[in-house]
Amino acid sequence: MIKRTNYLTKLYGTPNGWSLEAYEREGGYKAARKALSMTKEAVVDEAKKANIRGRGGAGFPMGIKWSFMRPSQKPAYLVINADEGEPGTHKDRTIMELNPHSVVEGCIIGCYGIGAHAAYIYVRDELHLSKARLWGAIKEARAKGYLGKNPFGKDYPVEVYVHTGAGAYICGEETSLLNSLEGRRGEPRLKPPFPAQVGAFGCPTTVNNLETIAIVPAMIEMGGEAFSKLSSLHGMNDGGVRLFGVNGHVKKPGVFELAVGVTMRELIYDLGGGVQGDKDLLCVVPGGSSTPVLLANETVHAPDEKNPLHEWHGKSVLDVPLGVETYRGLGTMLGTCCATVLAVGTCPVLAMENLMQFYHHESCGQCTPCREGSAWLHRTVTKIIDGKGTMDDVNNLSDIANNIMGNTICAFGEGTAMPALGFMKKFRADFEAYVRGERSRANATLVPFP
Amino acid sequence: MPFALTAERERELDDILSRYPNRMAACIPVLHVCQEQNGHINDEVVDFVSKRLDLPPAHVKGVVTFYTLFNQKPVGKHQVWVCRTLPCALRGGLDVLHHCEKKLGIHAGETTPDGKVTLRSAECLASCGTAPMMQVDKDYFENLTMDKVDEILRKLQA
Repeated sequence: MIKRTNYLTKLYGTPNGWSLEAYEREGGYKAARKALSMTKEAVVDEAKKANIRGRGGAGFPMGIKWSFMRPSQKPAYLVINADEGEPGTHKDRTIMELNPHSVVEGCIIGCYGIGAHAAYIYVRDELHLSKARLWGAIKEARAKGYLGKNPFGKDYPVEVYVHTGAGAYICGEETSLLNSLEGRRGEPRLKPPFPAQVGAFGCPTTVNNLETIAIVPAMIEMGGEAFSKLSSLHGMNDGGVRLFGVNGHVKKPGVFELAVGVTMRELIYDLGGGVQGDKDLLCVVPGGSSTPVLLANETVHAPDEKNPLHEWHGKSVLDVPLGVETYRGLGTMLGTCCATVLAVGTCPVLAMENLMQFYHHESCGQCTPCREGSAWLHRTVTKIIDGKGTMDDVNNLSDIANNIMGNTICAFGEGTAMPALGFMKKFRADFEAYVRGERSRANATLVPFP
Repeated sequence: MPFALTAERERELDDILSRYPNRMAACIPVLHVCQEQNGHINDEVVDFVSKRLDLPPAHVKGVVTFYTLFNQKPVGKHQVWVCRTLPCALRGGLDVLHHCEKKLGIHAGETTPDGKVTLRSAECLASCGTAPMMQVDKDYFENLTMDKVDEILRKLQA
């Protein structure tokens, strides 16, 4: 069900919408004022009731993450993940460029809720406009006294800083992000200890995705429960509104703010304008390149009445609402809610080669299964496309991917293996066609349009 | 000759240090400042950063080699990155890359003989909804057509 909202996006497209003046005209910083007059516990409680699932991809409940923070002798930190490096994901950049004050306000509320006095927004270095807009918003807020020693008259100092990486997808993983913030190589850390115990600079830390923190002011203003109920999946603890993106072979790619509950079909056809060239849909990568691909003709198999997906049993997967639990039930992941669409005529093997090149390039190299496995997957799929592959190579792809799964420090390994296994499972015939010589690189394409 | 920052960039360095509870955390931002001035990070820069931040040179060198945006050798006056990853590739990103290679007469990863342009392929620049795209120095150019690409390259080479 499409239910458009504009909590995050109302300033998108308005002149100087990123300025403090525009933000306050629309009621900005009321929520921070309100939150700082509440107790910390009440703020965290509202966050729990809001059922905000982390917008970075893993979908962990934000309120529960906040409640992991315990009082400690050491300072606490809030770290915002705005690394946004997953292919297919393009939503956070719009917030930073067009509504940066929502991030700053979210940081004030977040810091207060978790007991931190400093927030670091980790932005990938390539996003120069985003960095400039965030710094601009921070300066404006500080000049007004919203940041600093006494925000809104409350004796609770808060500072917000922008920190940048230097081009490494792995730094979107929370522990490598922390290493990078500390001035190290962005290699993931073993967990436990979790960041809530030992995070940035050895201190308790909460890491939230940028969209997660940017929606906090709207949630506080409305109240957690009312916010959660905007979503049709409120009953599955998946609340509120979020940004949905669609890209690839659709007529109108873009980012839309909608209540949770929209289906993939609506995202592709109603919001994305349908498949380019009026072609049929081949498949869709639902939420960033590490989420396993869904075929256009797949149906839901949930005959058991206790299965949360039973309601959609026998229906197309495209008609299931986009939610953390529903997509887990489909054997894939909701991820970052930005879908990449592939039209009929696109070679799925070339698509997998493209993604494997990405993962090979971006593996940090710390764990052998990931470092060697991602390279081996890329090499093997390239060999197959070049017509030099055997059936053994096709089988090897699954073996290599399965041997990466679960054998690495961080989830990058799974992020590489899951899409590989997804493509292998759903397009095996296409891989075999290359081995048999029925298809070659010369007649395969990623752009099947005239 | 030992590397040194300009007075203005020294102030920037102090500003960076004031944001963090320790000096090590300034490592990446300070390397960025140095690269802005020097164009690339050589041993002299590594030496400078390690002295200023009280870090072993091996630590700084390790950071430099980890991140793709730190240039370890001299680059052209302008940096052009063309995104080659799937969402861009589905909308002709690879054609844009090949077109740039042809127009500039170099392969991705190389610099034009006049030292003006370094061309590289990029791994997803968070611009999937406006693909295909390229980044030129600090600016994004989105929804590219070959005509737009030609115009951008012409300006860079002028």
